[in-house]
Amino acid sequence: MAFVAPKETYPGKVFQVGIGTDKQAVFGGENVLTFHSFEGNVPNRALVAYEIQDIPPDDWSETVRKVYEGVSGDPVTWAKYCQDTLKARAIALRLLGTHPDRENRSAEDAIKTVKDVLSAIQVPLIVLGSNHVEKDSSVLVAVSEAAKDKNCIIGKAQEANYKTIAAAAMANNHKLIAMSELDINLSKQLNILVTQMGFDKERLITDPMCSALGYGLEYTYSVMERIRLAALTQNDTTMQPPMLGDVGMYVWKVKETQASEADLPHWGTLEERGIAWETVTAGALIMAGAELLIMRHPKAVEAVEKFVDELM
Amino acid sequence: MLIIGEKLSIIAKRVREAMMKKDKGPIQEIAVRQWKEGSGMIDANIGPAEDGGEELMQWMVTTIQEVVPLPICLDTTNFKAIEAGLKVHNNEWGRPLINSTSNDPERFPILELGAKYNSQVIGLTVGKGGLPADAEERAGIAAEIMARAMEYGVSLEDLFLDPLVLQIATSQDHARHVIKAISMFQEMNDPPMKTVVGLSNISNGCPKTLRPILNKYYFILLADAGLTAAIADAHEMAEALNDKALVADVLAGKQLSDTNKMSEISKTLDVIMGRTLYAHSYLEM
Repeated sequence: MAFVAPKETYPGKVFQVGIGTDKQAVFGGENVLTFHSFEGNVPNRALVAYEIQDIPPDDWSETVRKVYEGVSGDPVTWAKYCQDTLKARAIALRLLGTHPDRENRSAEDAIKTVKDVLSAIQVPLIVLGSNHVEKDSSVLVAVSEAAKDKNCIIGKAQEANYKTIAAAAMANNHKLIAMSELDINLSKQLNILVTQMGFDKERLITDPMCSALGYGLEYTYSVMERIRLAALTQNDTTMQPPMLGDVGMYVWKVKETQASEADLPHWGTLEERGIAWETVTAGALIMAGAELLIMRHPKAVEAVEKFVDELM
Repeated sequence: MLIIGEKLSIIAKRVREAMMKKDKGPIQEIAVRQWKEGSGMIDANIGPAEDGGEELMQWMVTTIQEVVPLPICLDTTNFKAIEAGLKVHNNEWGRPLINSTSNDPERFPILELGAKYNSQVIGLTVGKGGLPADAEERAGIAAEIMARAMEYGVSLEDLFLDPLVLQIATSQDHARHVIKAISMFQEMNDPPMKTVVGLSNISNGCPKTLRPILNKYYFILLADAGLTAAIADAHEMAEALNDKALVADVLAGKQLSDTNKMSEISKTLDVIMGRTLYAHSYLEM
């Protein structure tokens, strides 16, 4: 008798999310575990967005900084470089300069940056705050209004500031990232709270909080995996939004992507090491179920796209 | 089912202050209330009690037994405080219960006290290296504790196995592992092993309004599994018994006329049994 591969079917399905206006990008929508296209539908591949920021990336690792030398001084040039030269399918603009401990830029500054970037690119834009709870609530509300109807992703809403940010994202027709700190139950709770405000759960993206290989990746992996299983096997609609892996900012600050070859010759080339670290971290999270990734190094993005090509 | 009244714990502010001031009033008031509400034993939790533990435990035991004709569950990690408490315990009201030994070698001497003072002993099924992963690991540790109890001269009929209830808000899977462990423990001896849980830890970390709901339905499921004793709030457990028939109806697939109650029961059972992911607002979904 011929071998018949066992197949699982799942009662649940991940919501499909489309972002942008001119050149839309779509992710999510599968009704099976990652890459299990032999069991059901996997209509979209994971979307990788290139990370840029409103201030020059002076604190980025040399390996990634030199890739953007000459363009990263200005977010518009940087965004266009990612879109036109690197063929980015989406851009993630982090408004790091608004953080009170950085340049403490105002909401008005942020509005200008977002508007300038939006008018220069056709691919979808993800707008991220500086991860300062109070400042983000004013900055993200302002940029949501400034980007009205551009179908961006706004983030990140957290337990302490979700109300204002979710209301602004809702009023201006954006998608929203809801982030909780590596706890599946709190992640579900935040999604419930956001949807109880009237925010459509099909416009949400869950960020269970990222971590880099060697620095707690297994926790993120496990939380993501359990979120996806709850979505598919238990048909838990609060857990059916796509998930985000905000990979770049976690990877490019760890020792393995920073330590010089002179200090640690047995660790191999610094550049290859860093790219490998970002690739492996992102690849692992895709396996765990992430549908949206934010990354920094083009070679890591290229490797991840190839990995997805081979497994799709 | 034996309810061991849980309210006299050093964690509660009012109780802690009374313990520090040696003020009998609040302690006796709480003890009497728990007795009237149906507790068959009173837990005296004095914490680690590193300083003055012996004197404190003796004061607690005599203070409680002055007004309540019940035995005491001596709840501390301080070996000497337990022994001091056992010395003054009035066995006329029943035999005391020591809380607790475990599979950690540091906790073995507790069994000597059990044998020496003819006391019952709780065996918490944890070892030195972290928490048990599931019901099977709990049963494995239980077997070791049982062997050690016999070695120290504590009869298996005097040993209460405690599978360690964890918080559902952070360790949801353990809620059902503990229920399974209660069933498994009973099969490990004939007559069946006695079992006990620290019930309200299930809802620790949950919103205040949710706590009695989780405690109640968890108690009913554990009772169904054959639980012998629970360190719990007797008042809450009396209410739970009123809902027992309703829970049985829901489990049997019947519709209740009270739809709110129906939804409360079925959602809570789904969370306990791991069929839906816990979130603080699970009842509102």
